[in-house]
Amino acid sequence: MNSTEKLVMMANQIAANLAHDDDPAKATAEHIHLFWDPRMKAMIDAHGEAGLSPIAASALTKLDQPG
Amino acid sequence: MTFQRQPDFGTRASREGAQVTLTIDGRDVTVPAGTTVMRAAAEQGADIPRLCATDSLEGFGSCRLCLVAIDGRKGTPASCTTPVEPDMIVRTQTPHLAKLRKGVMELYISDHPLDCLTCAANGDCELQDQAGAVGLRDVRYSSDATHLGQAKDHSNPYFDFDPSKCIVCSRCVRACDEVQGTLALTIEGRGFGSKVSAGLTSDNFLGSECVSCGACVQACPTATLIEKKVVEIGTPERAVVTTCAYCGVGCTFRAEMRGEQVVRMVPWKDGKANRGHSCVKGRFAWGYAQHQERILKPMIRASIDQPWREVEWDEAFAYAASELNRINAKYGKHALGGITSSRCTNEETFLVQKLVRAGFGNNNVDTCARVCHSPTGYGLKTTFGTSAGTQDFDSVEDSDVMLVIGANPTDGHPVFASRMKKRLRAGAKLIVIDPRRIDMVRTPHIEADYHLPLRPGTNVAVLTAMAHVIVTEGLADETFIRERCDWDEYSHWAEFVSQSRNSPETLAPVTQVPASDLRAAARLYATGGNGAIYYGLGVTEHSQGSSTVMAIANLAMATGNIGRRGVGVNPLRGQNNVQGACDMGSFPHELSGYRHISDGETRRLFEADWGVPIDPEPGLRIPNMLDAAVDGVFKAIYIQGEDILQSDPDTKHVSAGLAAMECVIVHDLFLNETANYAHIFLPGSTFLEKNGTFTNAERRIQPVRKVMTPLNGLEDWEVTQRLAQAMGLDWSYTHPSEIMDEVARLTPTFAGVSFDRLDAEGSLQWPVNAANPDGSPIMHIDGFVRGKGKFVVTDYVPTDEKTGPRFPLLLTTGRILSHYNVGAQTRRTENVVWHPEDLLEIHPIDAEDRGLKSGDWVKLASRSGETTLRATVTDRVAPGVVYTTFHHPATQANVVTTEYSDWATNCPEYKVTAVQISASNGPTDWQEDYEALSERSRRIEAVSAE
Repeated sequence: MNSTEKLVMMANQIAANLAHDDDPAKATAEHIHLFWDPRMKAMIDAHGEAGLSPIAASALTKLDQPG
Repeated sequence: MTFQRQPDFGTRASREGAQVTLTIDGRDVTVPAGTTVMRAAAEQGADIPRLCATDSLEGFGSCRLCLVAIDGRKGTPASCTTPVEPDMIVRTQTPHLAKLRKGVMELYISDHPLDCLTCAANGDCELQDQAGAVGLRDVRYSSDATHLGQAKDHSNPYFDFDPSKCIVCSRCVRACDEVQGTLALTIEGRGFGSKVSAGLTSDNFLGSECVSCGACVQACPTATLIEKKVVEIGTPERAVVTTCAYCGVGCTFRAEMRGEQVVRMVPWKDGKANRGHSCVKGRFAWGYAQHQERILKPMIRASIDQPWREVEWDEAFAYAASELNRINAKYGKHALGGITSSRCTNEETFLVQKLVRAGFGNNNVDTCARVCHSPTGYGLKTTFGTSAGTQDFDSVEDSDVMLVIGANPTDGHPVFASRMKKRLRAGAKLIVIDPRRIDMVRTPHIEADYHLPLRPGTNVAVLTAMAHVIVTEGLADETFIRERCDWDEYSHWAEFVSQSRNSPETLAPVTQVPASDLRAAARLYATGGNGAIYYGLGVTEHSQGSSTVMAIANLAMATGNIGRRGVGVNPLRGQNNVQGACDMGSFPHELSGYRHISDGETRRLFEADWGVPIDPEPGLRIPNMLDAAVDGVFKAIYIQGEDILQSDPDTKHVSAGLAAMECVIVHDLFLNETANYAHIFLPGSTFLEKNGTFTNAERRIQPVRKVMTPLNGLEDWEVTQRLAQAMGLDWSYTHPSEIMDEVARLTPTFAGVSFDRLDAEGSLQWPVNAANPDGSPIMHIDGFVRGKGKFVVTDYVPTDEKTGPRFPLLLTTGRILSHYNVGAQTRRTENVVWHPEDLLEIHPIDAEDRGLKSGDWVKLASRSGETTLRATVTDRVAPGVVYTTFHHPATQANVVTTEYSDWATNCPEYKVTAVQISASNGPTDWQEDYEALSERSRRIEAVSAE
């Protein structure tokens, strides 16, 4: 598994575990914002939605607007 | 401090509140009710002669030396078993008492070898002291019938047993029973034939159930049980109180010294974490400090295929700084990072993260808590508001129900396990949730009320099912929840857990826990009185580690088991300073005191103090660093006191990451496995050679004090400072107390901490600040740190790690009593006698299927890799589950573990790996290749004679 594949897996894991939040996509984006370093965020952003769950994919669109 | 034994008051202190006044030898004495006459006398300085009494044990009344006269009472009662009464008039010394005592002592001495001058305990022997105290001058009895000349038992590597010197006071037996709780010793025979025995007559100490905690040696009033080091070196001449560098219990010891040589480590009776007890590691396994394999000179090399070259410190620092600066210039500042150590002091850890943040200019700093308790940090901060266990260890004395999940206290936290066992023997109930039948499930005088042997990876399902029972059966503490927690969040959570899909019956096929047992355990926890949860890495090292921590917090809040003695959520921390390393800002997203790096106000505080800008973005976590290294963008790392090649998962990936870096700096005691990939080796100092503090699992900050000069010449904080200075940083600490002053200045929860206060008070539990000037033994008493407690829905999300035809079994890993973490220290002590190699536990059914028997070599294979080790067939593990430890590099169990990790923190999923086991006739290719690499990499260039 290369780094990008790992990031996809991690984003999906986060999304699955925050699925019961009031706004799961926003919570997923916030989590990534708070705990991932800038390169990891840039890599998942560059990778796009392929392989991401709907929540994780939606979170990706919110990464630039945390909070 | 010159050498003196710690004062011994003969019997334990009473915890009763009422006071009683009596007269002893004409002096009025006021003591708590329940105090014995012996202790009351001792507290006013009148030492009544005694042999079978010591204040770590209950009064026994057997030696008949502590007799006293009490007005109005017949005879001469034993003062060790006689409680004080109001207006009692006691005389401790009369002609009649003197005669009685002398007669008793004469009998003892008539059966004791009179070799005091050559005895190892000469000058440190209670029998000798008491013979003097009672004025014994001659012995009239013949020595026809004695116990002299019996064979000594030298089998234990750390202490000898000489039955000829035994006075059968039973202190050793009682210490094993009352303090340690192993009940390995007994008095065999009757009358004149009575003698101390380690179990069966055929057993010696090594072959017995004895766990070598040393309680018996400490309790022995003669040289019957004595440390081999005392025999070898002689009695100590000074003592320094310091803190053990092994597990998160944080036992304090008196390092009893002769010159700069440790004679023995004796548990400090005033230590609030260990209350005078110890385990085999802290008590005896400190010989690694002088082990011949310690590296004492810095070494460098241009590439890892070259031999090491010893250099002076100045050259090492200059080379390291030039390499770090070169890589910074070539690849940018984000190509550098560091790892702090949970084995090092708070002050050393603080400096490493400061070097990364202020020197490297990024937040690429992480710590070994990443691979153990990082989910605790996330989970408890989310639910309660801070990453902290809620209780002190003493709290267990008031627990009515203990729920132990994913922890093996008798092996991982043995001294606290003894406290737990004592409370359990007194009647507390026990629930164990663990795939493996740990010792606590059934051990002498203790049997768990419920053992839920869940399938590895289903912690969240089990805890949610328990919550289902508590909520649907109306067992939740609504008053507590309404007062202390967010009611809306609770309602949302309660609705979720109440769903039928979360019932024990529905989840039983997943968890493999019988629904009736789970329901009964949930009811017991909710209604059994004070309920305390203790957990370990069996909770955190999962893909849902953080969810499990939050599920535990949910249970505690739902039942009102938070905010007072006897209850709480208690992470049992693995290494000695895991708590401290996390407190000190070792995580890449947090500054000290768990304040997020994105918090501008906190950053500005540090920027003003350090005079440099702080990067507002989180840095890389350890697994992310290794990924980035493999990707070619992370090039240099400074690793203090951690062996990531052996301890971190998916060894092949770790080695690939390290091999891809251009500058790996290892700062450690030994050429560990990670050092095989290092370019610079900076020798470290042991806990005996430095000053600082450790913080244990109960948030207790305790002094570490230098008892000998560092063999390498520098304490670890000095090494980091010299490296920082070589990189151009203007650091000028002259003592670690100045580092703690800086921590206190910058960290609100440490505001009241200083070396002076720690020296005066022994320890402090954070938060220590204006609101809690004396520290905080119990957290969240009047409210949670975050305000209202937060219930979090923790839905069970199965791990992606699946069994299948190729890998049909689940491997879970752990540790054992005699070894510590990767074994770098304990493998270099006599502890190897108990565990010379890692073993694979496999259930008889699975062994039978594969034609395996105990002792066979087996191949352990997963999709990550394979290794070989010997099997031990046991029903401790369930069918379908295998277990091993990771203490020996020859096995490298982490070759097999995978890249999967906790969703919130990247804590590795060590506890669930799909594997296959098969018979083997030799090491794997990986093992052979690694051994060759290791041998090649450890070469040190011969130094020229000129």
